[in-house]
Parts: sequence; structure tokens; C-alpha cells
Amino acid sequence: MKNIAEIRADFPILNRKVYNKPLVYFDNGATTQKPKSVIDALSSVYTSYNANIHRGIHFLSDLSSEAYENSREKVRSFINAGKKEEVIFTSGTTGSINGLAFSFGERFINKGDEVIISHLEHHANIVPWQMMCERKGALLRVIPINDSGEIILEDYYKLISSKTKIVSVAQVSNALGTILPVKKIIDAAHARNIPVLIDGAQGIQHGIADMKTIDCDFYVFSGHKIYGPNGIGILYGKEKWLSELPPFQGGGDMVDKVTFEKTTYNELPFKFEAGTMNYTGAIGLSAALDYVLDIGRDNIASREKELLSYATERLTGIEGLRIYGTSDRKISTISFLLKDIHQYDTGMILDKMGIAVRTGTHCAQPLMDRYGIDGTVRASICFYNTKEEIDSLADGIEKVKSMFV
Amino acid sequence: MTINEVQDKIIDEFSLFDDWMDKYNLLIDLGKELPVIDPKFKIKDFLIEGCQSKVWLHPEYDGNIISFTADSDAIITRGIVALLIKVLSGRTPEEIIAADLYFIEKIGLRQNLSPTRSNGLLSMVRQIKLYAMAYEAIKK
Repeated sequence: MKNIAEIRADFPILNRKVYNKPLVYFDNGATTQKPKSVIDALSSVYTSYNANIHRGIHFLSDLSSEAYENSREKVRSFINAGKKEEVIFTSGTTGSINGLAFSFGERFINKGDEVIISHLEHHANIVPWQMMCERKGALLRVIPINDSGEIILEDYYKLISSKTKIVSVAQVSNALGTILPVKKIIDAAHARNIPVLIDGAQGIQHGIADMKTIDCDFYVFSGHKIYGPNGIGILYGKEKWLSELPPFQGGGDMVDKVTFEKTTYNELPFKFEAGTMNYTGAIGLSAALDYVLDIGRDNIASREKELLSYATERLTGIEGLRIYGTSDRKISTISFLLKDIHQYDTGMILDKMGIAVRTGTHCAQPLMDRYGIDGTVRASICFYNTKEEIDSLADGIEKVKSMFV
Repeated sequence: MTINEVQDKIIDEFSLFDDWMDKYNLLIDLGKELPVIDPKFKIKDFLIEGCQSKVWLHPEYDGNIISFTADSDAIITRGIVALLIKVLSGRTPEEIIAADLYFIEKIGLRQNLSPTRSNGLLSMVRQIKLYAMAYEAIKK
């Protein structure tokens, strides 16, 4: 495995300074930085073979279509999906869930049906379902969590019923870092033939998402959270479901035959890819997945585990600091509050020290309500971060304390 | 003091410090001088939308000048509101409407606490001016 200096050298932005201080980037949960290989891949599209995909008969269009389809295959193999037709490019996790919630609702949801989500979902895995439920007269049911930030499986088992039509939960909580027991959630749903969507936005970059092993029916994630470009994401779905679902967008490329009376749709995956897709983003994502494979997913996971344990130790050593999300099973994200200091004050001062964290509700307001708080400071750490940076964070937090207490 | 004289005084105070950490300390101190809002006005009606932290702002118009009281759950934000109140409270609606708040730019508040940071600085200014316009309209 590359050493940490080599890894950091792969990410040009990590070298920069903010306010004349070295950048400490702990906002990886919001978006990750990009390795040079991804930046180069994007640049090479525009310098060497940019052309619209699937349409042209010309040389460049062939090249870009091929690169786009190779990216689909790259994603398929990365998540170990059965067929590349099951991999649909979208604009990101939010786009994937919105599209799927719409299509699934149109096809399978009737008045009185139920959709199960959990209390720690990101708004992107709440609102699209809520919108669909409102449209269809269906009901959203919520799996509660305990104080450590873990879902309560017993309650989930009780929620599943003949009314349940789909279960949609996060692989990992974006706000707390908790890893959900997705296999158990899926097995229980499958026992009743209920499909499950796993929101992998915060999961895929920290470990292995193997479709054959977890056997979810849908899996979604965003390119920009796994070192790829933004504006590209994935909706994976089992063929048996996708082939049943109507498209969520109409337009070019997704059709078979169009007349003013009726339109028949193209085959999978193109049925769900209307208009000019973000092929540059897809190619960039492919480069990002290559990068992750090159570093090694096990290496990333073990390095992040080490950083998490160091950060937890350093931060719990700070008097007055409370961590939200204390499950044994978590990724390297630490959500915290310091005494009665507002998260915004903490974030502002850390920023001035060159430390980028996120403050606020993390698009998970129901979760914040559960804890009776209106936000936290979130340090989301990834494999290119260092123990020295965690020391800087700890020092920064002490400084905040000295200013506000 | 006129609005501009108060602004100039604030600019002088802030110019004493080069380091933003010191400027924050000044903001924190300023927050302590904030004329604090009566708790009964800490309700949704007086909450300013668009801030990452909560800001309540209450106007009181005596037919001549508007006096503002405020509070925030974040200390830095409280300092920012305190600055705005220093400059704009106790003024007539006309003065407030006409005020050119150049001190925001001069002390670096705009770059360092820009609206994209969701601190709602601009929302606060807009709300203060809106109150002034409303009272001005009633007067007519």
C-alpha cells in the first residue's frame, strides 16, 4: 500500500493552505477530494474525445460511448452486480432515490400501503418517499433508533407487515456514522418478498458494497463521495424490478419508438437514462473507482478504522465534549457538541484555523429532533487524513473552548 | 453620532486587529453588549429565516425612532447582530432605509461571514430595513 505521504500527494488540493494555515479537510462526508487521476480523466475527455454518446456515427462519439459503457461495467464489477444493465447512471444519490421512489410508486404503491425508512435517514431518503406517499395515499413508517444511534431491529421486525411495499434505509448514517445492519434488514424484508433499497451514499467509500452478498434490490450512491466528480451517481436495481418499473424521465435515448399516439421504451439500462447523460462524470467516476481499487478497499477500511479510534480517543479526552453516535459499528465520522457552545461558533473558529468541518443538521432534521438538538459539528475523516490533523482538530476544539467558555 | 460616525468607529476598532481570531474575540465581546430581547419575543414571529443559528430580532417604534433588541443562540452571530444594532437601532425609519452599510465590507465581515455561510448577515440587514419600510409606510 502507498504510504500516507504518497497518498496525500495524489490529491493536489490537500496541499493548499487556507488563511495561511495548512488545510485540514474533515468534511469528507459532504464531498471527498479528488485524486489527480480523476482530474486527469475529466480533462482528457475534453482534450481528446469529447462527443455525445450513443448518437453519433463518428469516431469521437464511438470513443466516448465506449468509455461511458466501460464506466458502467466498472461500476458493475465494483459493486459486484450481476449485469451491467442493472447499473443506471443518475445525477447522484438524491436523483437516484427521487427517480426510484417515483417509478416504484407509480407501479407498486396503492392507497394504504406502507414504506419503511429509519429515523436516521438523510432528507434525500425521506422526502422523495414522503412525496410519493402523499401522491399515492400511502404511509411512511419509521424504524426508531436508540441513544447510541443504532436502529432498533426488534421494532423494525414489528413494523413489517403485509402493507409494507418497500424498505429504504441508509447503509451508514451521514450524521452519526452508524453502520446499519443492512443484511438483517434485507433478510427480514425478503422473507415477505419486500424489496429493499440501500442508500450507500456514506457506505460505499468506506468498505465493500457487494450486491451478491447483501442481496439488496436497489443500491444508490454518489460519485463525488467516493473521490469522483459531482453530478454523477448510480441507481443499481435488480433486473426483475427495473424491468417492471416505468421510466422516471422521458426524453431522448430512453425510447424505442415514438409516435404522437404512443411511445415504447428502450431496454435496460437506457430506459432510465433520458437525455444527454453526464458521460464525463461517469468516466471520472470510473477513474475514481480505479483509484480506490488501486489503494485497496481493505487498506482504506483498516486505515480509517485506525483514524477513527485515534480521533475518538483524542476527542473523548476533551472535557465537555459529547459525541453523538456511539455505536461500536461506525465509519470514521464523529458528530459532536462542545459544552453549550453552538455548533456554528465551533465551526467558525475551526474554519479560521484551517479546519473544515460541517455544522448544522446534516440534512437529517428528524434525527436531530430525536436527540433534542438543532445540529452538531461533524468531522468526517477519510483515509487521506492523518493523526496529526486529528491533533490539530483536538487543539482547535480546546481553542474554541477557551474562547467561548 | 450619525450612522456613518458609528460605522467609522467600528471600522477603527476592527482595524486594530490583523488576525481574524482577535476580530472574533471582539465580536464575542460585542455580543455581550447586545440589548437583549424580551424572552416573550423569542418566538417564531421574530425569528429571522436563513441563518444556521437562530436569530430573534424585535423592533419597537415610538413614532419617531425604531429601537431593536435581539438575541442569538450562537455567540458569534450575537456579535454580528450587536454590530448591526449599534449602527441602526435608535434611528428613524428614513435613516435606516437610506443607510449604506459600508462597514460590513470594510471590516471584512462580508468576506469572512458571507451569506453563503448561512450566517444570515444579509437576512438580518434585510429584516431591519423591512421593519423600517413597514413603519415608514404606516406613517404615510
